[in-house]
Amino acid sequence: MDTTAQHKMETERPEPSDPSEPSAPRLTLSGISKSFPGVRALHDVSLSLYPGQVTALIGENGAGKSTLVKIMTGIYQPDAGTISIDGAAVALHSAHAAFGHGITAIHQETVLFDDLSVAENIFLGHAPRTRFGTIDWRTMRKNAREVLDTMRAGHIDADARLKDLGIANKHLVAVARAMSIDARIVIMDEPTAALSMKEIEELFLLIEFLKSEGKAVLFISHKFDEIYRIADRYTVFRDGEMVGAGLLKDADQGQIVRMMVGRNVDHIFPQRQANIGAPVLSVAGLSHPTEFDDIGFELRKGEILGFYGLVGAGRSEVMQAISGITRTSKGTITLEGKTIAPKSAADSIEAGIVYVPEERGKQGVVIGLPIFQNVSLPSLKRTSKSGMLRLAEEFALARSYTERLDLRASSLSQDVGTLSGGNQQKIVIAKWLATAPKVIILDEPTKGIDIGSKAAVHGFMAELVAQGLSVIMVSSELPEILGMSDRVVVMREGRIAAVHDNKGLDAETLVRTAAGIAA
Amino acid sequence: MTDTPAPRHIPDRLDKPLSSAIFSWEALLIVVAVAIFAVNSFASPYFLDPWSLSDLTFNFTEKALIALAMALLIISGEIDLSVAAIIALASTMMGMAVQAGAGAPVLVLIGIAVGLGCGAFNGLLVTKLGLPSIVVTIGTMSLFRGIAFIVLGDRAYKGYPASFAFFGQGYVWWVVSFELTLFLVAAVIYWFVLHRTSFGRRVFAIGNNPVAAQFSGVRVDRIKFILFCLTGLMSGIAAVLITSRLGSTRPSIAQGYELEAITMVVLGGVSILGGAGSILGVVLAAFIMGLVTFGLGLLNVPGIVMSIFIGLLLIIVIALPIVWRRLRGGRFA
Repeated sequence: MDTTAQHKMETERPEPSDPSEPSAPRLTLSGISKSFPGVRALHDVSLSLYPGQVTALIGENGAGKSTLVKIMTGIYQPDAGTISIDGAAVALHSAHAAFGHGITAIHQETVLFDDLSVAENIFLGHAPRTRFGTIDWRTMRKNAREVLDTMRAGHIDADARLKDLGIANKHLVAVARAMSIDARIVIMDEPTAALSMKEIEELFLLIEFLKSEGKAVLFISHKFDEIYRIADRYTVFRDGEMVGAGLLKDADQGQIVRMMVGRNVDHIFPQRQANIGAPVLSVAGLSHPTEFDDIGFELRKGEILGFYGLVGAGRSEVMQAISGITRTSKGTITLEGKTIAPKSAADSIEAGIVYVPEERGKQGVVIGLPIFQNVSLPSLKRTSKSGMLRLAEEFALARSYTERLDLRASSLSQDVGTLSGGNQQKIVIAKWLATAPKVIILDEPTKGIDIGSKAAVHGFMAELVAQGLSVIMVSSELPEILGMSDRVVVMREGRIAAVHDNKGLDAETLVRTAAGIAA
Repeated sequence: MTDTPAPRHIPDRLDKPLSSAIFSWEALLIVVAVAIFAVNSFASPYFLDPWSLSDLTFNFTEKALIALAMALLIISGEIDLSVAAIIALASTMMGMAVQAGAGAPVLVLIGIAVGLGCGAFNGLLVTKLGLPSIVVTIGTMSLFRGIAFIVLGDRAYKGYPASFAFFGQGYVWWVVSFELTLFLVAAVIYWFVLHRTSFGRRVFAIGNNPVAAQFSGVRVDRIKFILFCLTGLMSGIAAVLITSRLGSTRPSIAQGYELEAITMVVLGGVSILGGAGSILGVVLAAFIMGLVTFGLGLLNVPGIVMSIFIGLLLIIVIALPIVWRRLRGGRFA
């Protein structure tokens, strides 16, 4: 660590704030309401953020968290309610106004400029000028390095192009930008969703740093371990209303979950009697010029095979190759004794292997089309007759799968874009399942969805394997891997590092294998 | 966020309020068409004559035939700016065939084949090389018409056989022209393909999200290729009609048709961003364009002013649906 940076942090640290005896709130939202045509997104909610403290905003998907963030960053205007900073009422008419008041947001996928350098990203809009009014590049680089150093992010090259950085480092740049404009309120909207465990640790160090600098931080996450780890306070939303707030040390996980869902939900993974048969799918020597090498494994009938690894280990790439979306350089894929070489998703769907992608919005649902048309899209061959659509068949297919997955929608003709993330994920699973596959590959099936939807997805997976379907589940969530899989394949840097039987398997072993740390 | 509290049984569709039909884009187009029709019939005593109405249809049938295929292409998220140039090239090839003594059936075949070939060429460049269609077809627009200019220079091909005149000048029954009949038949076919077949459904899926469509087993490139071929084919058919109607070929033939065809498509309510639209809207838009240009003609508005008008209309109709949807309450995150 940079010693000067450490020194600076220690000497300039503001009065440490004790969460139990808060100073005046930095930002207060009170009585905020917001409606959209036909929907009440927020009703009379309040939220306070305190300097030097992290407040966790907790709620299921669709509880109104995103809407609140958009109000705080000036993108939406509230229908009612007041916003005050340091006790003075402010109006956030635009994103620019919010920025001017020192409010900055760091999103799941950071909104920065890929083709600009790190320094340019940090100082975009407030770059130091020379006397001629042109950008003072030298000062800008120097200042950028200083900001990065104070944040203990000196490893980031101020001249590097942003696109060459990993997501974690992009987050650091976003924070550096916030520091450079002297932001006082930092909103982090699911910043850990795309990060590996090591990167999450780094992010937490950064949040600690922001706290020590007296910033008021709003932290949004679905993961309770993270919330308890980093946050001081919590505010819980349910269906657009605030249902609870307080100090985290006074509330246990169960209480908060009850507030979130309005009922007791113990997330217990479904108990199931594994009834595993003969191998269905075997992969041997599968290689790709850059992404993975010599991948071989077997999937048996009625089995859930977990794929664990750090982000970037090549799991999704292997799955996309098996399902015909990308090409391989060599290797064989054998399905029920027959060698297949799918050249497109259409080929693999026909053969009986479906891939349910990780990127719900980009690769999964077709926003703009209604629910039933989304579900029937991969099965159009079956639901149509000589190329002609049969709507009754499509509705029947969509109904049978969406109802089994406990979809919450007002009608099957509703645009999927109007559904919450968890319900969109149910559509994504339903559409590929409706092709009646032999093997289903689920890539991060519960990423970023609420507890209720998670339970529905897990319950359904158990039901599927009981019916003899074989499942490959790529997941970065340890409880999910351990709770659902029969066996676990661990990948590291494009290769298979180990295959574990999930009997007495513990999280530590998996993490160590994935990271390549000897026991 | 619009999740309603858990109905275990999800209905197929909710009863839509009557207002959604009344305020639909197609309904608006009908109102506009009726209004222009009324204005025209007041403006000129000759307008309501059956023959003059029949003449009116010649103003749009050729472009509208292209617009049908263009609608599918734009819904899929692509565009073809070379359609008028395809007409020029196909017409030039027909002219060359006439000089070599070809008869009407051969001429028709050549026109259609050249159109299809040009469409396939566009489609290959877009799908195999992964180039953006707007760039590809700006290029082929110059290429195809350039060939016509090289072959013809400032000359014109004439001397088309009398039997060839039927396609652009003939009548099927009383005042109903062959061109109009062909357009109406084609409109029904395109309506069926877009709204009633799995092919049409896949076109909508590609336009809304090509990546998710591909992951869902839609052969995106194959469908786009077919759409470019169809657009080329319709341009070839339009080339046969216009060449037959004019009885001659100049390299500047059908200049500006691409803009009028695209204007029809967008005026018809097809989203310029892809993913949404209907054939009914395009057909209504074709009639409106015909009514307007004919009306302006009755008022002796010169051609150059008309092209200004078409340009303005194109801008307005691209902006209007976006503003319209915004006013009716769009999506939110």
